[in-house]
Amino acid sequence: MNSQQPFIAFQNVHKTFRDAREGRVVHAIEDISLQIGDGEFVTVIGPSGCGKTTFLNILAGFERPSAGQVLLEGQPIEGPGADRGVVFQEYALFPWLTLRQNVEYGPRERGIPASLIREHSDRTLALVRLAGAENRYPHELSGGMRQRVALARVLINEPKILLMDEPFAALDAQTRARLQQEVAKLWTETRKTVFFVTHSVEEAVLLADRVIAMTAIPGRIKADVRIALPRPRDPTSPAFNDHRRTLQNLLTEEIGAEPATLGGL
Amino acid sequence: MTQTSVSEPVRLVAAEPATKNLEEGGEAAREKVWRLLRRIALPAVILLAWQLVTSAGWISGSSLPSPTTVAVAWWDWIFGPRQALAWYSGTWVPYVVMSLERVAAGFAIASVTGIFLGVLIGWYSAVEDLFDGLINFLRAVPMTAWVPFAVFIFGIHESAAIFLIAFGSFFPIVVNVAAGARQTPRILIRAARMLGTPPRKLLVRVVLPAALPAIFTGLRVGLGLAWVLVIVAEMLAVQGGLGYALWSAYQFSRLDLILAAIASVGGLGLSSDRLISLLAQRALRWQTGVTGR
Repeated sequence: MNSQQPFIAFQNVHKTFRDAREGRVVHAIEDISLQIGDGEFVTVIGPSGCGKTTFLNILAGFERPSAGQVLLEGQPIEGPGADRGVVFQEYALFPWLTLRQNVEYGPRERGIPASLIREHSDRTLALVRLAGAENRYPHELSGGMRQRVALARVLINEPKILLMDEPFAALDAQTRARLQQEVAKLWTETRKTVFFVTHSVEEAVLLADRVIAMTAIPGRIKADVRIALPRPRDPTSPAFNDHRRTLQNLLTEEIGAEPATLGGL
Repeated sequence: MTQTSVSEPVRLVAAEPATKNLEEGGEAAREKVWRLLRRIALPAVILLAWQLVTSAGWISGSSLPSPTTVAVAWWDWIFGPRQALAWYSGTWVPYVVMSLERVAAGFAIASVTGIFLGVLIGWYSAVEDLFDGLINFLRAVPMTAWVPFAVFIFGIHESAAIFLIAFGSFFPIVVNVAAGARQTPRILIRAARMLGTPPRKLLVRVVLPAALPAIFTGLRVGLGLAWVLVIVAEMLAVQGGLGYALWSAYQFSRLDLILAAIASVGGLGLSSDRLISLLAQRALRWQTGVTGR
């Protein structure tokens, strides 16, 4: 085991919450064991409320597992850190900072010399095609631009892994398609490990090396599907649709299996 | 031609406009004039009616002085020679300075302590538990109820006035700031953490800026209260200042000076409120609601 240490290892991870209002314990995820290799693009799909975000939050260090542990390069994750950049669905930009200040926030916090920061941010802004809007505030930007800023501000930190929590769910279809392409291109160029949570089967197949399908709550791993299609991928190709159908069926089973009292979705 | 247009921009519009641009410019200028007229119409009507009623003798000059009487008294109060016997002549400027200084000192103390404690209360539930009951109790006591206490402790002294102002304006500030800090979006805290901010810096990096709109709301309410309290304090607890002048004018039965003092306080309160909204506008440029206007 030590000779071939996995990049990321979930070891029998459980997470329970106490529902304060009803006074009962909710099992969000149950007995998850998973290994992710360096440079892999992993997407996680599952029915709504199946604990996919909890899964990501534990890797980010925002939440601690109730049992089991998560190792990053053999070290247990103790809390959030700049080595794990998170892109949130709600962007979570600092509204009081301009676009450039948002991007430069991380390097400043990590004590990078100011002379270097400017150069880094210029390069990162060009990478996500945001050059020219540096002095605008987040509320002046479109959803797509905000999500580019959110991506830029974690990329500038050069994280070991990129965590994306349904990052494009709030965007319109065209913007979403463009950003999906750009993320795919970015990954091809940098081969950075990506852990990407989505509820869209198409998005999962479009982007991932591996798709992890989860069961309805309590979330367990139902299937771990390798997508060996060449990139860039053609969503209209038969092979793409085969994967899509397989995964959609897995997901539909789970949605059907949910207790009727929860009203399906 | 140029001369007329400089001195009378409105006439340029009335004279046949040469281009469409000029016409539109004139339209905007006319609209501006109308807006100004609408804004001053009501105060002008009130002043006029007041003048009319008093000078026609429907109300005797001894029960309600006319606006011109008030203006003359005010003029004397500001520009009159300072004499030992004339208690008001020439004292307006020093009194205004006194009141301003008291408001500034008390409000500064209240702002610093209110923002500091408010952020801590809003962020640390332990601090909230510690202070919540006490603050809510003290807040329920009308500030004027503290006047005898303040005079008893500090005597007829500057510090009594500053205590009252600081103590009174502290509460709206602390309560607003605490509410603002409490509502810091959790996702922004997470974002800061994953970008490398250590927990001990979250307060300055995220909570304080996120609470900024609430801080300015608190400051504005606090400043308004500071003006209330400076008048109360000067009527009862200290010598000099606009509140002192107000009370003296009452004791000498000088309604004209009472009205002049009221107008002075109103003007100062309005100006200081304008100042703080201007500051807020600059500091909150990043907010949609503020920049959008």
